[in-house]
Amino acid sequence: MSSKTQPPADRLPLIHIADLHKVYVLGLTRVYALRGIDLDIEKNEYVAIMGPSGSGKSTLMNIIGCLDVPTRGRYFLNGKDVSKLDEDELARIRNKEIGFVFQTFNLLPRATALQNVELPLFYAGISAARRRQLAREALEKVGLADRINHRPNELSGGQRQRVAIARALVNNPSIILADEPTGNLDTKTGAEIMDIFDHLHQQGNTIVLVTHEKFIADHAERIIHLKDGKIEFEERPQVAGGTVQ
Amino acid sequence: MRTFLEYLRNAWDSLNAHRVRSFFTILGIVIGVTTIICIFTIIQSINRYVEGEFSGLGASTVYVSKYPWVITGNWWEFRNRPPITLREYRALREQSVFARWISPLIESFRTVQYRSHSLEQVYTVGCNEEYPETANVSVSLGRWFTHLEVEHARPVVVIGAHVQEVLFGLENPLGKRIKINGLPYKVVGVLEKRGNFFGFNMDNQIIIPYTTFRTFRLSRRNIAIALRVSDPNQLDELKDEIRGILRRVRKIPPTEKDNFSINQQDMLTQFYHQLTGTLYLVVFVVGGISLIVGGIGIANIMLVSVTERTREIGIRKAVGATRTQIIVHFLSESILISLVGGFLGIVAGVLVSQIPLNLMKLGASVSPGTVLIGVGFSSLVGILSGLYPANRAARVNPIEALRYE
Ligand SMILES: Nc1ncnc2c1ncn2[C@@H]1O[C@H](COP(=O)(O)OP(=O)(O)O)[C@@H](O)[C@H]1O
Ligand SMILES: [Mg+2]
Repeated sequence: MSSKTQPPADRLPLIHIADLHKVYVLGLTRVYALRGIDLDIEKNEYVAIMGPSGSGKSTLMNIIGCLDVPTRGRYFLNGKDVSKLDEDELARIRNKEIGFVFQTFNLLPRATALQNVELPLFYAGISAARRRQLAREALEKVGLADRINHRPNELSGGQRQRVAIARALVNNPSIILADEPTGNLDTKTGAEIMDIFDHLHQQGNTIVLVTHEKFIADHAERIIHLKDGKIEFEERPQVAGGTVQ
Repeated sequence: MRTFLEYLRNAWDSLNAHRVRSFFTILGIVIGVTTIICIFTIIQSINRYVEGEFSGLGASTVYVSKYPWVITGNWWEFRNRPPITLREYRALREQSVFARWISPLIESFRTVQYRSHSLEQVYTVGCNEEYPETANVSVSLGRWFTHLEVEHARPVVVIGAHVQEVLFGLENPLGKRIKINGLPYKVVGVLEKRGNFFGFNMDNQIIIPYTTFRTFRLSRRNIAIALRVSDPNQLDELKDEIRGILRRVRKIPPTEKDNFSINQQDMLTQFYHQLTGTLYLVVFVVGGISLIVGGIGIANIMLVSVTERTREIGIRKAVGATRTQIIVHFLSESILISLVGGFLGIVAGVLVSQIPLNLMKLGASVSPGTVLIGVGFSSLVGILSGLYPANRAARVNPIEALRYE
């Protein structure tokens, strides 16, 4: 239930979220994971979502990524109301508009780096030859041109996360969503991964990053602080790591 | 289509990743398909053999007898019929226009002896010189007995190949005297070898002129009469004619039914097909059950695999796989399992069926229909058994799947 009147669709930002609630029902108990989020993200923004564990960061991220649907509230992606789409329509949006990067990489263990990166293209119905070419290009962008035939267990953590980033990029999505992408990496490797995100942002990608570490969040142009399912405050870091222009 | 091949390739990879498990799943299908193919092949080979055997009875010969060959209904009804007698044979012989060849058949089992060798319970036929035409048999050695020998009740005999072997060994039987139930007969011919007919040794028989057939009250004895037309198209005319003659001879009023039977080879063939029809049904059920068991096996293992691969499903959904795509993904695994199983089952079925067929000395015939049934059934099982697990996979919640470590 939005109190504000909606701006016309063509003037909506890339992401427009209004009064978003998410309630998980676990038997008799209810978990209020999100309680009224209002958030706009413009194209080519670099946004970090920060907050303590359990504050609802992943829940928000999953809804933005169309993996989950809100219990209440409105979510417009590219001017389209996605809060009421069915499962298959959401799958198609994930396939075309969203690129996910997870803390635990989530690669297919038996597939090579190339095959992992091809996966979104396979579901988009792109031909095998074209898929291979696009996946190879994406792996080159993350500096893994020489590892395309390696399986995840033959790669280091940082390399796995690069494969995951390549997979998120390959379908040329509207947003790249990263949920604690450095959470499973050591500081140095984490910094390398953040360099990639910074670079992707410079190239015009929209990036939403979830983290609970300030120095990671400082890479973004905008930091949204979440607490108990609500936006506590927003800040703009003085020196945005990758966005010096 | 192209995409489906890719799904099949993926399916192949994931079956390969769990070889032992895949092996046992495939085995279930192999057993079902092998059973079906095996029994179908055996039945078809027996069918072909039996039809060959029945055709030996001659498509243009009819047999008049007291009982029908295939009794449907009450057996007791037929018991009270009068016997077919030699008098009726003579009547048919004199009056029938359509019967080109006609012979009485008096059957019994006798002991035959030659010097110190003897054979008991030898199938003995008393008939006339036209019998070889009605029964489609011929001699491989010597000659058949003549009209005159029949007329004059000469003690001559044509013996079967088995009788020859046992009584004479390598000795030439022609012109030798053997004893049939103690009475001397001269061997004039040896029947060509015919092998088995439903387990009955067709070479263990002797044939003598019916006029020499010593039996209690020959004129009252129940016999059969074989009649053959020269043109198979006249068979129906022959049958009508026989009915007319016999009803007249027996003075059957028009309101009463025949009290004799006119039998024909196709009655046996029809009866046989009725029998095997039931057998086919049984096989279908048995094979079907084993395929269902195989299918349940697939469904079970697929369910385990869906549970194990929850995370994989979550990943696929996160990058945009729709429900349909996930369903096709898992269905193609179960279809592949059953196609591989079906193929192996066909090969195994054909090979295994050779064993009993060889023992029965029958040539195997594998028809394309049998193969089609094997492939059809196994793919059906593949699709049906994969549907439920595939649906479960499609309903996996990606968020929970990805959280699950
Ligand atoms: N699927 C779920 N079912 C029930 N509760 C959940 C589920 N997912 C998250 N929660 C709860 O919602 C709250 C927010 O979770 P989450 O968004 O994962 O937080 P964060 O990512 O900030 O740590 C937590 O209390 C968590 O236990
Ligand atoms: Mg989280």
